[in-house]
Amino acid sequence: MEQNPDLPELAILSTGGTIASRIDYRTGAVTSQFDADDILRAIPRLGEMARFNAHQVASILSENMTTSLWIDLARGIYDEIRNGAMGVIVTHGTDTMSFSASAISFMLDTPVPVVFVGSQRSADRPSSDNVMNALCSASAALSDLGEVAVVMHASTSDDRCAVHRATKVRKMHTSRRDAFASIGMPPLGYVDYPSLAVRLGDDAVRRRSGEAVLHDAVEEKVGLLSFYPGMPADLLSQFEGYRGLVLAGTGLGHVSTASIGGLRDLIGGGCHVVMTSQCLHGRVCDRVYDTGRDLLALGVIEGEDMLPEVALVKLMWVLGRHDDPGEVARLVRTNLRGEIRRCSYNGF
Amino acid sequence: MDFEQLGLKAGIEIHQQLNTKEKLFCRCPTRLRDFEERTGEFFRYLRATESEMGEIDRAAEEEMKVMRRFTYATYDTTCLVENDEEPPAPLNAEALSIALTIAKMTGMTPVDQVHVMRKLVIDGSNTSGFQRTALVALNGRLPEGARIETLCLEEEAAQRVEGETFSLDRLGIPLVEITTAPDMHTPESVREVARTIGMILRSTGCVKRGIGTIRQDINISIAEGARVEIKGVQELDLIDEVVRREAARQVNLLAIRDELRRRNASVTPEPVVVTGLFADTKSSILQRATYIVAVVLRGFDGLVGREIQPGRRLGSEMADYAKKCGVGGIFHTDELPAYGVTAEEVAHLRECVGAGEADCVVLVAAAKERALCAAQQVVRRAELALAGVPEETRKMLEDGSTSYMRPLPGAARMYPETDVLPVRIRAERWEEIELPELISVKAERFAAEMGLDGALARQMAYSEKAGVFERAVESGVRPSLAARTLLGTLRELSREGVAVDRLEDAAFLDVLTRAESGAIAKEAVPGVITEICGGLSVDAAVSKVAPAMSEEALLALIRDILATRAEFVRERGMGALGPLMGVVMQEARGKADGRLISELLKKELRQRV
Repeated sequence: MEQNPDLPELAILSTGGTIASRIDYRTGAVTSQFDADDILRAIPRLGEMARFNAHQVASILSENMTTSLWIDLARGIYDEIRNGAMGVIVTHGTDTMSFSASAISFMLDTPVPVVFVGSQRSADRPSSDNVMNALCSASAALSDLGEVAVVMHASTSDDRCAVHRATKVRKMHTSRRDAFASIGMPPLGYVDYPSLAVRLGDDAVRRRSGEAVLHDAVEEKVGLLSFYPGMPADLLSQFEGYRGLVLAGTGLGHVSTASIGGLRDLIGGGCHVVMTSQCLHGRVCDRVYDTGRDLLALGVIEGEDMLPEVALVKLMWVLGRHDDPGEVARLVRTNLRGEIRRCSYNGF
Repeated sequence: MDFEQLGLKAGIEIHQQLNTKEKLFCRCPTRLRDFEERTGEFFRYLRATESEMGEIDRAAEEEMKVMRRFTYATYDTTCLVENDEEPPAPLNAEALSIALTIAKMTGMTPVDQVHVMRKLVIDGSNTSGFQRTALVALNGRLPEGARIETLCLEEEAAQRVEGETFSLDRLGIPLVEITTAPDMHTPESVREVARTIGMILRSTGCVKRGIGTIRQDINISIAEGARVEIKGVQELDLIDEVVRREAARQVNLLAIRDELRRRNASVTPEPVVVTGLFADTKSSILQRATYIVAVVLRGFDGLVGREIQPGRRLGSEMADYAKKCGVGGIFHTDELPAYGVTAEEVAHLRECVGAGEADCVVLVAAAKERALCAAQQVVRRAELALAGVPEETRKMLEDGSTSYMRPLPGAARMYPETDVLPVRIRAERWEEIELPELISVKAERFAAEMGLDGALARQMAYSEKAGVFERAVESGVRPSLAARTLLGTLRELSREGVAVDRLEDAAFLDVLTRAESGAIAKEAVPGVITEICGGLSVDAAVSKVAPAMSEEALLALIRDILATRAEFVRERGMGALGPLMGVVMQEARGKADGRLISELLKKELRQRV
């Protein structure tokens, strides 16, 4: 496709998902088989905003995402930034978009916007949200933003997209256009539609000069377990040999007294255990009740106000670089990419 | 007009809403709501998408000449499926059963598997941008011989409230779409086929009734003309008029074509910018416009203003095309000077664009982009006039004339609905379907077996109350009493403002059986029903309105009346029966049955003469 050389350069990395989906006549279901060029052809207005450098990293539905694809993606984005891209757009299936976005957030220290975008309605339908989401993501990628973000519909109307911090966003609805929500903080900003004007709040990290830095090692042997009443104590032993385990505990961050022994064994065997909450909103505090104090005594690390999935990705990344228990615990509890807020957000 | 000689060919598509409990692809009720009851609104933009063949449907493309923003109203009886925020639920089994019953009634063959398709519709009436439709059966025949090609199950579109605002209560109500072959050759036969199909649909007892619940689309062509689809004819009695007017429109367009060819007419494709000419105009529309362009139509003089249907000219067709670009309309020299445009201005315009007396000049005034788009549309429609009759989808106007909506959709319009699994129709399911009695057959039976006269029998058979009527007769109520009460009394009460919808069948049957047995007087029936509709139980209503007079009390009343009128009785003898009957009835005020009064009065009178 002909592109205007006077426009700024953006990169589009495609991984698949609904935004790039069409009907597969083999199964009759919707699959991802577009490449990034197809997206440009389908949304001509993108061509008026920037020059695009398009690469396909993968063509998968996002439930099939893997840690090794995260690494490929991080390297791909890193290369694009080093080659002068003013911003990078990653098209991604919505199901695991927040996992990938937060993984990239830890693996890549970026001076320019890296924007994840997807759609909740397949691109073949006249009502698809793909056009508006893609245009808003391009506008965000050209904006003053300087961090990894997710840009998706802010409401059921086609009025604006929200810009969410990669480490504070979650898919909170199975099917609605506005499924993505910032948890524990308001969105970083909004992109109005159809004007594509970007408004960023004070929290948003701004674009800056300097090089991108890549740390792409991750530890795969890390688990995530949601505790439930009556959970058999031996379930924990399934994680024997794991280097890390994130628990999504109840309330302030609890598991049953019956689970304490199993956790003691895991931690004794060298597994780093981080506590988060199923409540999603709010901060973990294991100093209030007995069980919590027992957990702290065992060496369970409080995950502050981190989302369980973000804590998982972060623990994978921390363990990819560090061995020392003290250092691991310190890094887990230190805000690195906006995943931990010093003051808890008073809205939810 | 001799329609056979014109080569008139017509077929119809009937869309009938089904009275199912839930919608076709979600579990919301099929209940229509008042716009004032809405619980929220949202808005969306729709855009034409490429088909899997890489084409954009021509009808969809036409709708997208301007970016349109559609607003939708939600209710506490609509859900995320109507909002296009959730995948559809499986096809409603009740709706499929009704569709299959209708198919079997018309001798159709069901498909082995029902596959749901998406039909692109981006006029805003479907939040998704497509209407889901599924072919259920093929190849049937009506009693009088007309062929039915297909029967489809479809979802109803959202109702347009005004402008680009739609109401989601109607979206998703199941419809059957029945398409006949283009076998009709006269306007009357089209109407009669529509009437028969309507009768068959109502015979199922499972379709919605009332305005807007059934709509006919009519496909019409004449020899040398073109296929035109007219949407949304709601009244049966307008169908023949619509057909007549469309045939006439095509005849007139062909005459215009012949005249244009005789004149060697042509269309100048490049519009001329004439904004400056109207700098001092008195026409408010031209004053307001930032951009005015003229299209020169050589040899068109007098033809753009020629009437092709009552109230419609070739110029109206051009205006319809131009409006797709968001302009309000057009001016043309066949109707000028008028609307504040002076004769001098017209002369000046003709001069500036090099148009002679034989030519017509069309003006479009708007913002630049819209004006140029509209001018292109005028050029397009003028070129189509040189070719004859364009293939179009049109909508019916109030009187039976029509206006242009969009080109007929092309093949790029349909593609599979991947979110709904196909449904197999097994032979046993088809075999088990019991055919309901046709209303026409029922009417004959009511006349033959129940002694109702022809008109009353037909009226009763077509009524929604036919079932209650039959149950009343089965429980011993005389057919004439049941029919009169259902068709007469209830309607009168309804007109008087009584909420007869609230009357349950069981209560109604109870009242009728009491009247039949004489437990309450027939004269008291309207009063009793009124009280029941007002919230009383049957017993309470009866004791309030018509506490039955005991036989002793009645006898005492009769003896009293006879005593005070002894003179009259002596004079008239048994001949006093008639006049005295009236007096007793009035005194008893519906608390005693007429037959009992007559019986007792006769006996007492006989003793005195």
